[in-house]
Amino acid sequence: MASNEEILAGLAEIVNEETGLAPEAVELDKSFTEDLDIDSISMMTIVVNAEEKFGVRIPDEEVKNLKTVGDAVSFIAGAQAA
Amino acid sequence: MSVPTLKQSPANEHTRILGIGAYRPDVIVTNDDVCQWIDSSDEWIRQRTGIITRHRAPADVSVIDMAEGAAREALAKAGIDASQLGAVIVSTVTHPYATPSAAASLADRLGATPAPAFDISAACAGYCYGIAQGDALVRSGTAQYVLVVGAEKLSDVIDNTERTISFLLGDGAGAVVIGPSETTGIGPSVWGSDGSKWDAIGMTHSLLDVREYSAAHHGGTAQQPSALSSEEVAVTDAAIWPTLRQDGQTVFRWAVWEMAKVAQQALDAAGIQADDLVAFIPHQANMRIIDEMVKKLKLPETVTVARDIADAGNTSAASIPLATHRLLQENPELSGGLALQIGFGAGLVFGAQVVVLP
Repeated sequence: MASNEEILAGLAEIVNEETGLAPEAVELDKSFTEDLDIDSISMMTIVVNAEEKFGVRIPDEEVKNLKTVGDAVSFIAGAQAA
Repeated sequence: MSVPTLKQSPANEHTRILGIGAYRPDVIVTNDDVCQWIDSSDEWIRQRTGIITRHRAPADVSVIDMAEGAAREALAKAGIDASQLGAVIVSTVTHPYATPSAAASLADRLGATPAPAFDISAACAGYCYGIAQGDALVRSGTAQYVLVVGAEKLSDVIDNTERTISFLLGDGAGAVVIGPSETTGIGPSVWGSDGSKWDAIGMTHSLLDVREYSAAHHGGTAQQPSALSSEEVAVTDAAIWPTLRQDGQTVFRWAVWEMAKVAQQALDAAGIQADDLVAFIPHQANMRIIDEMVKKLKLPETVTVARDIADAGNTSAASIPLATHRLLQENPELSGGLALQIGFGAGLVFGAQVVVLP
């Protein structure tokens, strides 16, 4: 199980690979769509890669609730603990 | 009781694709054309889908017409006469008759009668399903030569004003002839379905709904006269025509995640590695799906990736043979090399195999 910091760092790496955004730009309070300018297709790619990296399942209906990077970190941490 | 020994058809040990043909209809629809119908932009569509234009067929060109165009070229390239065909298979979801099949008419037009002829309904996996069947028919000796066609006129089943799928779609046909070979030219097919995602891509409603609406709205039935004015009937008529829809996010995710695994299984089943390939020819659904699959499969740069979607759009069952045809036109040196092809779509259904390019 990864700590929240490790999850954030892992997510930042995935976002960087998909969008080229600097990992430091991926902060907990940033919105995927509004702040990071990530479109729906990139979002699904990030979700798929996060599932693989963290060994969790993120259902389609959950993806729309992941508005900020913090939402995603909390969801992944919760799913790993479950 | 003494039972006489039955004969079986002598089997062929190996099969390969002998020739390929294509038909691209000549109406070009640009992203600017699409933006008359949906609130979008050329840049948005290119970025999300990689599509720049699509080819669409005029009203007087049918699925069978396009299939015939592609089939004649495939037969000529294969050096096979239509009378030698032991089966004619058309993969399509847009032949507008539930019966009779497009394949029966196509066989007759080509001069293949009385070859067995049937359609496959496997949407964007239809061509790979056809290759699986053609390969099996020839190897078993049930047929010596099989024509496999993917042909679609998707422009008949779109609603230009909806945003999930219509703007991606184009028309066209691709065809191949499969026959016996000295060496293996078609690897094992990895194919399947997942009907739990039946709702992810498909038509807005069924033919039975159309019947119900027309009974209720065109003067109604004896029991239930229509209460609608002629203007209301016209509006309903447009709404009732079944058109395609998809849940884009679900499909994208399934395509990238599950289909990369299927593609890998097809490589494993054929006993080869990614760097043995000269080409990767996935169903042309969306450039972003293609890019992700290339990454997931870790394809080396030596593998040429088919990206016909930029000009052709998504042509469902026709997309893989159309993309293969173009790849061979632009890179004739790839002929004889190994290509990984994978189709996936409404059902959900999928199919993949490694083939030797004709």
